[in-house]
This record gives sequence, C-alpha cells and structure tokens, in this order.
Amino acid sequence: MSTIVDTNNTKVIADNGLFPSNEVMLDLKNLKKVYPTPKGDYVVLEDLNLQIKKEEFVTIIGHSGCGKTTMLSMIAGLNPISGGHISVLGKQIKGPGPDRGVIFQAPSLMPWMTALQNVLLGVNQVFPHGTKSQRNDIAKYYLQKVGLEDAFNKRASDLSQGMQQRVGIARAFAIKPKVLLLDEPFGMLDSLTRGELQDILIEIWNKEKITAVMITHDVDEAIFLADRVVMMTSGPKAKIGDILDINFERPRTRKAVLEHNDYYKYRKHLIDFLEH
Amino acid sequence: MKQSITLGRVTKFMGLGIFSTIKDLFTGKLEKEDFKNFLRKTIVPLASILLFIGLWHMGAKALYNKEADFKIEKALNDQGQEAADAMKVCIASGDVSCKPNTLPSPAQVWDSYKSLLRDHNIIAADKAAFKDKTAALNEKRVAEGLDAITYTGRPSFVDQIFRSLKTVFAGFLLALLIAVPLGIFIGLSPTLKSSFNWFIQIFKPVSPVVWYLLVFMIVKTLLIGSNEDSSFTISFISVGLCSMWATLVNTAMGVSSVDKDYINVAKVLKLGPFQKIFKVVLPSSLPLIFTGLKITLSVAWMVLIAIELLAQSPGLGLFVWEEFQNGANDSNAKIIVAMFVIGVIGFLLDRIMLTIQNWVSFDKTDAI
Repeated sequence: MSTIVDTNNTKVIADNGLFPSNEVMLDLKNLKKVYPTPKGDYVVLEDLNLQIKKEEFVTIIGHSGCGKTTMLSMIAGLNPISGGHISVLGKQIKGPGPDRGVIFQAPSLMPWMTALQNVLLGVNQVFPHGTKSQRNDIAKYYLQKVGLEDAFNKRASDLSQGMQQRVGIARAFAIKPKVLLLDEPFGMLDSLTRGELQDILIEIWNKEKITAVMITHDVDEAIFLADRVVMMTSGPKAKIGDILDINFERPRTRKAVLEHNDYYKYRKHLIDFLEH
Repeated sequence: MKQSITLGRVTKFMGLGIFSTIKDLFTGKLEKEDFKNFLRKTIVPLASILLFIGLWHMGAKALYNKEADFKIEKALNDQGQEAADAMKVCIASGDVSCKPNTLPSPAQVWDSYKSLLRDHNIIAADKAAFKDKTAALNEKRVAEGLDAITYTGRPSFVDQIFRSLKTVFAGFLLALLIAVPLGIFIGLSPTLKSSFNWFIQIFKPVSPVVWYLLVFMIVKTLLIGSNEDSSFTISFISVGLCSMWATLVNTAMGVSSVDKDYINVAKVLKLGPFQKIFKVVLPSSLPLIFTGLKITLSVAWMVLIAIELLAQSPGLGLFVWEEFQNGANDSNAKIIVAMFVIGVIGFLLDRIMLTIQNWVSFDKTDAI
C-alpha cells in the first residue's frame, strides 16, 4: 500500500476541521462473492477489506469487469454476499434500505412520474411522519440544489439524460442516507454534461457531507471528487490493489485542482496502476 | 405549459389525421408542398374506396346475371319456352318470388340501410307512443307493487346495435376485472405463473362456441326457477371468457418484465408491496396491459356476433341470423349493412382504445 503524505497539507486541512472524522461508517470485512457456473464456481471478489470513514468520499477505479459494480450492489444490499461482512456504523446490513442511497448508472427514474414525484417517492418513504408540504419542501429543495427549479412538474421521460441524472442525484440526497453509493453515475453522459454534474455533485456533497462510495472509469473524475481513490485489481478474485490519498483541500474547484502541483503526480500513480 | 386542444391535434392523436387534412383543404390552409401529402393521404384512400365499390358493383351484377340465366334456363328445360319467358318478365320486375338470391349491389345495400333507419324511426315513435299511453297505468301499478308494463315489440336495427354494444362492454368489463388482477398476481409470483400456465395454455385456444355452451350449462342451472331472460347474461359472460386471455397473458408478461432498475429503486427505497405494485409495477406495465385490452376488445367484438346468434340475444348477431333465415327481398342487403356496421364499430372501438392507450402510456413512441 503506498500513500503519498504531504505533511504540511494534511496539517492545514486537519486544523480547518475539514478532514474526515475517524469514525468508521462503512466496513467491508473479508468480502467474497462467488457466482456458481456449470464449470464450477467463479470467484469475483475474495478477501476484500475496506474501511470508509464518516464524511469521506471514496472513489473506486479498476478495469471493466473487475467486480466494482458487484461490490457496490452488495453494499447496497441488492446482491447477496457469499462470504464476509458488510456493516454500516457497526451494524451488519440486511438487504437493501434507504440508509444506503444509490445513484445508478442509468438514471432509473420512473418515466411516468414528474421530477418532483420521483424525488417524493423516496422522501415519502423516509419521512412518513412529515406533513405533505414539509415533504414537498424537502423534495423541491434538493431539486433546486441540482438546478432543476424549472422542471418540478416535467415528466421524467421528457427530460434529457443529464437532467434525469440530476433528478437521480436529488432523489438520493433527499432521503438523507448514511452512505451514498454511486455506480458510474456519469458514465453515460457526454463530457461537458459530465463536468457540470460533477460540479453539482461536489457542491451538494460539500453541504451534506454524506459518506460516499463512487465507482468510476474516469481518472480525473476519481481525483477531483475523492478523499481516497481505491484501485481494484482485475478479476477474477479481485481485491484492493492500492489506495491513494488525495490531499486537496475542500471545497475544491476544478481550476484549483488542475493547477495543483500534486495533481499530475496523483494522475500518474493511478494510470501506472491501471496500465499494469 | 398547457397546450390547446385543436381538431388537428385530437384527430392526429386518434390516428385519424385524414380529417384534419380535409379540413385544411376547405379552410385554404393547405400549402403547395403539402399537396403531395394531401394526394397520398386523402385522394388515394378515397380512390381505393371508389374502386372497391366499383368492383363490388360489377361482381354483384355478374353474380346476379349468372343466377338469372340459370333460373331462366332451368325454367326452359323443365317447363318449356313459355315458362322461361314468364321467368324473364318476373325477374325483370324484381318480384320476390323469382328474384335471384345472391350478393346484393352497393345501391341495394344503401337502400336497405335507409330502410332500416326508417324502420327504426317507426319503432321509436311506436315505443314513445306506448310509453305515453302506459305512463299513468304504470305509475299506478308501481304504487300497487306490481311490475310495470314494458314494451315487448320487435327491436329496431339501432336497438340491436345498442344491445350488442351493451353486451360487448359488459363482456369487456368482466374480462378486465378477471384478467388484470389475475395477470398481476401471476406476473408477480413465479409459483403462480407455473401453476396457472397450463390453465392458460389449454383454455386460450377454446372456440367461442364451446365457451358459450359451457356458460350456458352453468348459467341455465343457476337461473333455474327465475323467468328472467338469461340470453344477455349468458352472452356477455361468454364474450368475457373468450376475450380475456390476451389481457391475462399481456398483464402477466408486463408485470413480470418490469425494468430491473425500477425494481432496484423500489428495493433501495424499501417500498411496501402495495406501493411497489401501484407506483412502480402497474404504471410500468400499463402499455402492455393496454395492448392486451385492445386485443381483448377486438376479440370480444368479433366473437360477440357468433355468441349472440347462439344465445338468441337480440343484437347484431341475431339480426344477421334472422335475416339469413328470413330470405326476404332485401335480406341479403341487410346482412351486408350489418357487416359494415360491425366493421365500422369494431374500427371505432379499436381507435378509442388506441386513444386511451396513448393517453395513459408514458412512452409516446411505442404506440402503434
């Protein structure tokens, strides 16, 4: 495990109180996933250990098919675990639940509902005791945060892909999950829209500080968003190959990150890993 | 952003764009470049209708001549020249006794159509008069706890059309009430699916006639002792049972093939079973359910005629059968009138369903 430590930087960040706290939010222990096939068991993940602290943003990078999505859907509870444990705040997870919000690769909005109704679908579930107008306000607040104040009552099927994914972001944040799981949420977007959505995501995240685990293929995206970048080895029997700490201070701007001295060092580290 | 509803939009939505094109022609809104479009969309269909009527006319004439020649020749062979001449005169006069009984011409069909309408007006007037006459008496009878006297005369053609429509809607409603909930349960549970599959596969291809007989056996016994007319009950239940399969299969398929992403969202949000069905599963399978309902309605309309005929329910089916048995001067023409009425109503029912389907469907592109 190689870690780049920039003592001066860390100290400044710690003094600002911006460094993630030390409480462990998400704990993966000896995680294993096996798919039985006619030719015998296919081991996707084995002995995977990862601890993610509260208010930490972790991106996961690795080659296609290495089991990143499998791992994320296991954390979400959508895919059963073959071995090991996953716990959130020390409590082992049992199936899916709104304490782990998911932003899927496809926006996965209900196309027959409006943007507002899509967000409310989650909000109603998590705040059943609030009044109708309170829940409406929550949904509207998050839609405003992602820049959709003019599209509350537009049907999801009438929105562009990028706008749909904004609704997806609003829906995930609005249920105030403990952990936010993002499965290549911008993978299907063009690069301009991707940049816009990264800015929106990081802006809203800076306010909410929800522990986030995000899968990405994009090295720049991984660095820009993360406190730590987790690199996974290629499958089968994928595990964590390396972890890179990104010590840029928050809130970050794209410009500052790109101009930072360490940026290319981080980038080279990740690309070296991926090309091996 | 509410869009105004114009004739053009409504007709286009219903797949009847031809009407707005015609309207544009008369209001002078048609541009020159639209003319080609107008030719294709209006003139060509109209020309094909005229061609059809022309071919029909000539075919009917040929069949008429063939049958007339045969009758004259038969008279000649059997009874000699005198009888043949008499037959010729008789045929030319259009007398019922010797008129060739064959495919009627378009003009005859049109005449029959008008005569059926006249007949309807007479019967309607008769009915109204009867109602006036018995109004006071009926009031008294009802007050005394007796049944009111009802009109028992012959139904007109229009009455029979409404009877048929009533039967088909009752049957359609029955099919909807059975097939949609059952389809949802079957679609949601693989166990139910495998246990119901043989049932669906076996009963789906059963002919309407057999359904009628089955329903007849059951309803006849159930209604034993009551002197109520059971023909309506029997025919609408048979129609429903015959036509519900398309909806059942489509609903089950729609429900079991909901996009996995939506199901995942429902799981992550931990929606309860009730919410999952009504907010996620049903809306997403609505397009397929409506495709099924559309097929169900058209099948219901198609089998209705045969079932009414068997059940002696006084609708279009019975009308066709009675005209066929009747053998009057214009019976054949009336049968053709009924055929067109059945066809046009079937087409309109299909359009209505398509319009509803377009309206409820979230995906505007998959409607045909």
